[in-house]
Amino acid sequence: MSDIVEKTLTALPGLFLQHQAAGGSGVPRVSVSSRLGSLIRSITALTSKHEEEKLIQQELASLKATVAAPNTTLRLMKECMVRLIYCEMLGYESSFGYIHAIKLAQQGNLLEKRVGYLAVSLFLHENHELLLLLVNTVVKDLQSTNLVEVCMALTIVSQIFPREMIPAVLPLIEDKLQHSKEIIRRKAVQALYKFHLIAPNQVQHIHVKFRKALCDRDVGVMAASLHIYLRMIKENPSAYKDLTGSFVTILKQVVGGKLPVDFNYHSVPAPWLQIQLLRILGLLGKDDPRTSELTYDVLDESLRRAELSHNITYAILFECVHTIYTIYPKPELLEKAARCIGKFVLSPKINLKYLGLKALTYVIQQDPNLALQHQMTIIECLDHPDPIIKRETLELLYRITNAQNVSVIVQKMLEYLQQSKEEYIIISLVGKIAELAEKYAPGNEWFIQTMNAVFSVGGDVMHPDIPNNFLRLLAEGFDDENEDKQLRLYAVQSYLSLLEIENALYPQRFLQVMSWVDASLSFLDGFVAEGLDQGAAPYKPHHQRQEEKLSQGKVLNFEPYGLSFSSTMSSSGCTGRQSPAGISLSSDVSGNSAETGQKETNSLKLEGVKKLWGKEGYLPKKENKAGSSPELQPIAQDSTLVENVDQMIMKKDQSQALHHSEEEAEKQRLASTLFVGLGSESAVSLLGKTDTVSHKFRRKSKINDTKNREVTSTHNINCSSFSPLSNAPYEDNDHLNSFQDKEDIGLKKCSLGSEFLESGLKSESLTELHLVENFSACSLSPPSLFEDNSMEIFHPPHPTLSSFANEISLTSSLLEELNEHVHSDLVELCNNEMLKVSSCKIWKDDCLLLVWLIVNKSSLELKNMNLEITSTENFKILEHPGFCFPVIEAESTKSIQHHVQMEKLFTEEDLSGCVKYKVEEDPYIQLEFSITLSLLDFIRPMKICTEDFGKLWLSFANDVKQNIKISDSQANLPFALKTLQQKLRLHIVDIIGNEGILACHLLPSVPCLLHLRAHEGMAALWFRSSCSTLPDYLLYQCQKVMEES
Amino acid sequence: MIKFFLMVNKQGQTRLSRYYEHIEINKRTILEADVIKTCLSRSKEQCSFIEYKDFKLIYRQYAALFIVVGINETENEMAVYEFIHNFVEVLDMYFSRVVSLIVKEVIMFNLDKVHIILDEMVLNGCIVETNKARILAPLLILDKMAES
Repeated sequence: MSDIVEKTLTALPGLFLQHQAAGGSGVPRVSVSSRLGSLIRSITALTSKHEEEKLIQQELASLKATVAAPNTTLRLMKECMVRLIYCEMLGYESSFGYIHAIKLAQQGNLLEKRVGYLAVSLFLHENHELLLLLVNTVVKDLQSTNLVEVCMALTIVSQIFPREMIPAVLPLIEDKLQHSKEIIRRKAVQALYKFHLIAPNQVQHIHVKFRKALCDRDVGVMAASLHIYLRMIKENPSAYKDLTGSFVTILKQVVGGKLPVDFNYHSVPAPWLQIQLLRILGLLGKDDPRTSELTYDVLDESLRRAELSHNITYAILFECVHTIYTIYPKPELLEKAARCIGKFVLSPKINLKYLGLKALTYVIQQDPNLALQHQMTIIECLDHPDPIIKRETLELLYRITNAQNVSVIVQKMLEYLQQSKEEYIIISLVGKIAELAEKYAPGNEWFIQTMNAVFSVGGDVMHPDIPNNFLRLLAEGFDDENEDKQLRLYAVQSYLSLLEIENALYPQRFLQVMSWVDASLSFLDGFVAEGLDQGAAPYKPHHQRQEEKLSQGKVLNFEPYGLSFSSTMSSSGCTGRQSPAGISLSSDVSGNSAETGQKETNSLKLEGVKKLWGKEGYLPKKENKAGSSPELQPIAQDSTLVENVDQMIMKKDQSQALHHSEEEAEKQRLASTLFVGLGSESAVSLLGKTDTVSHKFRRKSKINDTKNREVTSTHNINCSSFSPLSNAPYEDNDHLNSFQDKEDIGLKKCSLGSEFLESGLKSESLTELHLVENFSACSLSPPSLFEDNSMEIFHPPHPTLSSFANEISLTSSLLEELNEHVHSDLVELCNNEMLKVSSCKIWKDDCLLLVWLIVNKSSLELKNMNLEITSTENFKILEHPGFCFPVIEAESTKSIQHHVQMEKLFTEEDLSGCVKYKVEEDPYIQLEFSITLSLLDFIRPMKICTEDFGKLWLSFANDVKQNIKISDSQANLPFALKTLQQKLRLHIVDIIGNEGILACHLLPSVPCLLHLRAHEGMAALWFRSSCSTLPDYLLYQCQKVMEES
Repeated sequence: MIKFFLMVNKQGQTRLSRYYEHIEINKRTILEADVIKTCLSRSKEQCSFIEYKDFKLIYRQYAALFIVVGINETENEMAVYEFIHNFVEVLDMYFSRVVSLIVKEVIMFNLDKVHIILDEMVLNGCIVETNKARILAPLLILDKMAES
């Protein structure tokens, strides 16, 4: 059988050249297998989802019976599998069939087996438990003498395979690398690529074989190895520089048409292979003049050879341009690449235009002049009917924004924003606008107006950092006290005028921003006054209301169906589409606020406000969107235009300019405002986008203004409560009172004065939450939080320096180092009769230092001693991970140190490595070792004060809360905190009543804060961090130590 | 990286789907419905590359059938766009005159074969083979075996 197969395999390319001779049996192929065919036909004919569901459920039931029946033939089983695949594709799970897919792969003849494997690869995911059942079948097929079976097994392995079973098949697959058939070698390389993806460590030792695959006489095998190389080079380009020559040679051969013609696509030789090679060369040549030098020739040739006949050539050219701009620049090549971009940008084909814009966006940071060259095209694209083109253009403009063109670019972005509905676009664009506004704002008014527009459009979806940063900026101010005041004043005034617009609806978050800024709620003064005029009851303090309530409660109420506030409120509450769920900016800091009894009033129900303020009832929220932006333009456009026209004129042929139509002139004007500050005269300002421009609205690091700090504090208001004052004059006192009761906090703020307008930002009393008060009451210090975090003394269980010190003689420097810092025991990692390797962790303040001690126990010299640490994605070794001692004398000790950083969060991971050495002229002897590192090795206390804690707390968006049970001994809060301090190295910042706050950071500087509240045998843990995953990991550690103790 | 490969007809019915990242079944159908809606909303004059959430859609229309490929930012849009066409040419070679078959959606009835072809071309989100003869070789042998 295998002979036949081999012959067929060999004959195949030939068969194909006879065009369709092999595939000639077209008719039986398209003949529709009965059951699947009818199923598809009936599904296609259906019109409703409901009918579809009914039909598929029927089908699944019948399939379930069929696959389970003992007399079902494999042939029928194969048909069933295809139908199951179809059902799952439509979204109906058919897990009952999974096991039968595995059986089919195991038992079927060739085509049945293939369908069985196919079904497995579609049904199961990488971690599915059933996958283990497939391993035996794969092993058997890999050993089969039938090449078709071997092919299938290799295919499934390269699609899906359980990581832990790799050792079972790896030797078999390595064997296949030497197979005589290219298809087997190629598929074996693909399988190894899969292993490299899911478990890079396991294939590390076969790098030599990858090289062999790269040099394979068959193009397909070589091409398959490129996937592995692309991945490895991405991770560590420096290790593969020596292969640059090989990649260049291969690309030259491909470009030069040396491959068999069947690799051509529309007469272009192996285009996807060319693209892959170009990518690799880009990675290798980046920031490396010497390697880049090797690639210049072939890149030049690629540009020249690519005749623009087909789309696919553009794909190659695009990649080529990308590579040329990625590697160390060569002016001559850059010029050619730039001309090439021109072909894209000017093409009438829209797909090419898109690519042109994308290429421009990439290269423009290096060469701003390119933007000038193509400015008119860019302007046209800005008004392109296709929103995708528009958006790509905005992306480009975003990259060239500077202080001079910021207002025009931001205006264009806002225009786009107002037309977009997709949430993802809004989030990303709003973030960019806020960033540009903060960096380059030309003035206070512009800044506030722009941010108003940002909040009104993106308020519901934007990243919480945006309002956080904005508020902090207002709060911290700048060096000029006067200007700070101006800024704040302008902000409040702009809010007042926005709120005066009738029927305008604002997102909840925007209203929150307003109310934080104008914490006095002075904008409600008018309402209160009006309400009082219309006979509403004046504000009464809480205790007074309580008394009144008690006395009224006993009086009969003769108006049972009076207009109820609650109905008004709830109906208006529904009108807003925004989720009423409060955002986590700063409200409700510890979750135990004293207002829990008034839960419903705590969440902001601001949607209601608008409806009641507008006299005509509910109105859609379109007006204000437009309303907020038009004010932005006049300032910027006109002034910058006048200043910069001259600059632009130089670039233009003046006489030509005269012939431009009105429209053209308009575009020119826009161009002059957009591209100001680019090009040679002011190239600096572009290149220095982040540095040279004065960062007017950059948050400054020093804070000297303490009186504005409360902006970030907590305010709970419920605006829906104010409207009834004017709208429901028939309300009886009883209702009003109960309503007032709820609105206690809000009204109190209303009654407080309008003097806040003058003093800018200032808030009166916060909540009753003492913790919050505590945060805001302390004075601010420069947030240089991470500089003085001297390591807290953390004693490992058994400091045993002495235990090994006498055993081996260490270098004196090491001893000093060890004594200076907290360190672990010296642990023996591996040994043989000649040598011993031990290691010790030193928990330095700023890093984890691993010290390796290599002891030569023998009386012989050890030569060429190499210590190598295996690189993994979890760790980063700051020094070179390998180390070599030419000689280690008899009975002596050497030490090596490595600074280790955590690259990817983990709880516990092994760091492994090996030592290799020679004794005299014997071959290398190798010893492997590994050491377990835990997250806690990288956690250090962060010594900050309560007030800094408060500030940080508010600035972090990622939080995790969890209640855990604690033992009696820990009910004693200080004890629980002590546990955390000792075991997790958290710094106890403060203890207030039954609450404690702690801080730590993950090296090098990722802070994490913990707020802990002990209550009735439970501890409420609340983590916040700038890193999204760190809280989860720390929570796990906390749970562990709390349970242990 | 290629995230998924879809064939969907104008009525929004999925004809083939292959995901290169694990996604739950119910989320797939939602995604597919949204993807096809997005593609249908575009005119012929508009760009064939769509920025969609945090990835991109590359699509090509053949009669009533859309082939949509989801990719991340590392992929070359035009290369994927032409890859779709290469795939169609391979189907063409195997089924003969596939373009007319697409119209009748006959390809649909050979779901397993189309998958086997695609698996030769894309693995783990990477384009691994584009040589038509080599793509079809394993499948042709299976057919030959089945006949004999």
